[in-house]
Amino acid sequence: MTTKDNDVSYWNATTKLTVTALVVWFFFSFIVHFFAPAMNAFQVPILKFPLGYYMASQGSLIGFVALIFWFCAKQEQIDRDFGNSED
Amino acid sequence: MSTQASSNAFLSNLGRIYGLYTGAFLGFVVILGILEYAGLPRVYIGYAFVALTIGVYAAIGIMSRTSAVSEYYVAGRSVPALYNGMATAADWMSAASFIGMAGTLYLTGYNGLAFILGWTGGYVLVATLIAPFLRKFGAYTVPDFFAFRYGGNTARFLAIIVLMSCSFTYVVAQIVGTGLIGARLLGMSYETAVWIGLAGILVCSFLGGMRAVTWTQVAQYIVLIIAYLLPVVILSAQKYGIPFPQLTYGDVLAQIASKEAEFRAAGQVVTPAVGYLTPSFANPALSGGLLWVEYVNYFGLILCLMVGTASLPHVLMRYFTTPTIREARKSVGWSLVFIFILYFTAPAYAAFAKLEVYNSVIGQPLSAVFSSDSLSWIRSYGRPGLGLVRICGAEISTIEALVRACAAAFPAMNATAASPITLSMFAIHPDGIVISTPEIAGLPYVVAGLVAAGGLAAALSTADGLLLAMANALSHDIYYKMINQNATTETRLKVAKGLLVLVAVAAAYVSSFNPADIVAMVAWAFSLAAAGFFPALVLGIWWKRTTTQGAIWGIIAGFSITLFYLVGTRYNAVWFFETFRGLSIATTAQYAAYEAAKVAYAAAVTAGDQARIAATWLAYDRSAQVVANWWGIRNISSGLFGLPLGFLVMIVVSLMTPAPSKELMAFIDEIRRPKGDVLMNEKGDVIGH
Repeated sequence: MTTKDNDVSYWNATTKLTVTALVVWFFFSFIVHFFAPAMNAFQVPILKFPLGYYMASQGSLIGFVALIFWFCAKQEQIDRDFGNSED
Repeated sequence: MSTQASSNAFLSNLGRIYGLYTGAFLGFVVILGILEYAGLPRVYIGYAFVALTIGVYAAIGIMSRTSAVSEYYVAGRSVPALYNGMATAADWMSAASFIGMAGTLYLTGYNGLAFILGWTGGYVLVATLIAPFLRKFGAYTVPDFFAFRYGGNTARFLAIIVLMSCSFTYVVAQIVGTGLIGARLLGMSYETAVWIGLAGILVCSFLGGMRAVTWTQVAQYIVLIIAYLLPVVILSAQKYGIPFPQLTYGDVLAQIASKEAEFRAAGQVVTPAVGYLTPSFANPALSGGLLWVEYVNYFGLILCLMVGTASLPHVLMRYFTTPTIREARKSVGWSLVFIFILYFTAPAYAAFAKLEVYNSVIGQPLSAVFSSDSLSWIRSYGRPGLGLVRICGAEISTIEALVRACAAAFPAMNATAASPITLSMFAIHPDGIVISTPEIAGLPYVVAGLVAAGGLAAALSTADGLLLAMANALSHDIYYKMINQNATTETRLKVAKGLLVLVAVAAAYVSSFNPADIVAMVAWAFSLAAAGFFPALVLGIWWKRTTTQGAIWGIIAGFSITLFYLVGTRYNAVWFFETFRGLSIATTAQYAAYEAAKVAYAAAVTAGDQARIAATWLAYDRSAQVVANWWGIRNISSGLFGLPLGFLVMIVVSLMTPAPSKELMAFIDEIRRPKGDVLMNEKGDVIGH
């Protein structure tokens, strides 16, 4: 019973983390670029990029990399908390 | 065992080994540079690059030979996250990414960034939704997972069809890529370069399967990333004193925008029409349905490329090779880091080239092309037979020929040798940007040779991965699982290696015809994989209620409608448009062009003039391809139909059929838990429950 409960809570925590990650992914993939024309009116300080172009050529990409490593760290934490770690 | 011991010594010294390798490679480049300075002819420098790099890959391939099935299929599941990331990056970045991506950005401006976003963001889906669970399942191939989760050989067979259809054209395009690099940069004949490419692929994969491919891909990544960065880093250092082109091209973009404004004021036609920095969906001239279409196509392409990335078998199978699930997740992150390094540099290449053209080419007299030192790159890469740069549609041969071509193309202009070059006269092939940058920067030929070696590494590493995915599906899934389950280890490896050679030779044979269509068809792979694999993979893991029937019909529906749309809009455009006329969205001018071409074709048919029929049919078909669509969605984003339909059919049919068995539900619980053994053991029996 308790292992079953533990499994259910583990999977709920994992699902919640995954949904959070996908929301962030959706933001960097689509939402931010809807506003590219308006954002192009602003310049990234020092680098001089128009903001809309910058987000699609670098900003979102940096977001994706950070998101995956953040996700890995969080998921490992969940694995440990529920005794589901591989070692 | 001695092989085991040497393999462990290798794995614990990876950093040192690849560090030495990188140093030796850089040293080799410097030595060749010195030899060039001392007068070594260019041709030998090019050959030295090809011989040395392929020689090194071959040496790695031979040293990694193996007779163990798990080494052959999944590299013994011993590849650390960081190195698997590097190998995946090389596996992922194809000849087109290396040579063509920057050119696409040059030509399409902001809209080209859909490729940059689409080919990186997909890794988030891989890390969160798919890779860790497939790693826990412990399959050798992606169809293995389908067969188990969806009970049997129907699902396995469908998975193989999807896998082959998205991988074969893709591998042909890589071999075509090696042929073009050899022909354009190294002065070989196209056919010779194709067969050298084939040899390069086989020496990496034949003896050692996944194990050999992994370690050569790491070596190939190092070559390709050095080759990609070096020219543009030097260019940035020359112009701005800062060797980080990714940071300095912001200023270049600003200059491009002000140049565009000048050109517009002078009445020239800028491409893309909205400007280099502006998305097409911000075009003030569009409204209503046509504007909506721009939004859907831009964001739809991003979605198709991302979901396609998360479904391509040759990428997913790389995550079967890590020691643990945790490492599998992390190695997705590393993959993206290594891919990111190239993809965030590509827009810098495009911007530097764009500004160079605006500043140093446009407005110069035609005669300067033949006299100016700073325009030598136009002569080099526009030379007859190569033609990557064209003026008035003509290759760069003689000033007389150029003047004649311009007079024919622009009769109003009265072209002479002193006529200034305008934007609409000058054209550069997408592949020309990366290739010509070393010469634009005034670098010695050795750097051009380095770029050729990098492009070759990108093409070979991707071809290796694809070839292995196909050959493994045929040997493991068809031969071992469906035909002869009692095959011994030796037989299995013999069959695997035999099929590898067979598929490789078939691909090289198709490539030797230099099929232009195939290269365009690579973009199809993403939509096909997205529609065929993604719903069944994701629902199979995340929704226990998905049934065998649901998956089978979902795969068939999603894949078929995508294939139908691709083939219909491309190869039966006239029929497609006439049948679905009511769904088409295009501009009035495009419809008018279609109707005019149709009338011209009908007239030619009535006249019965064969030559005219052929010519007008070509124009008729081409204009039909522009208007043949459903709701304006471009052919390359056809996954937009297959993906939702696949999900829908899969869910509806699953709910209409009895729920999966208790055992299967327990099995899904098991793959969701990182702890514990993989579910399939060496012989392929399920051991989870």
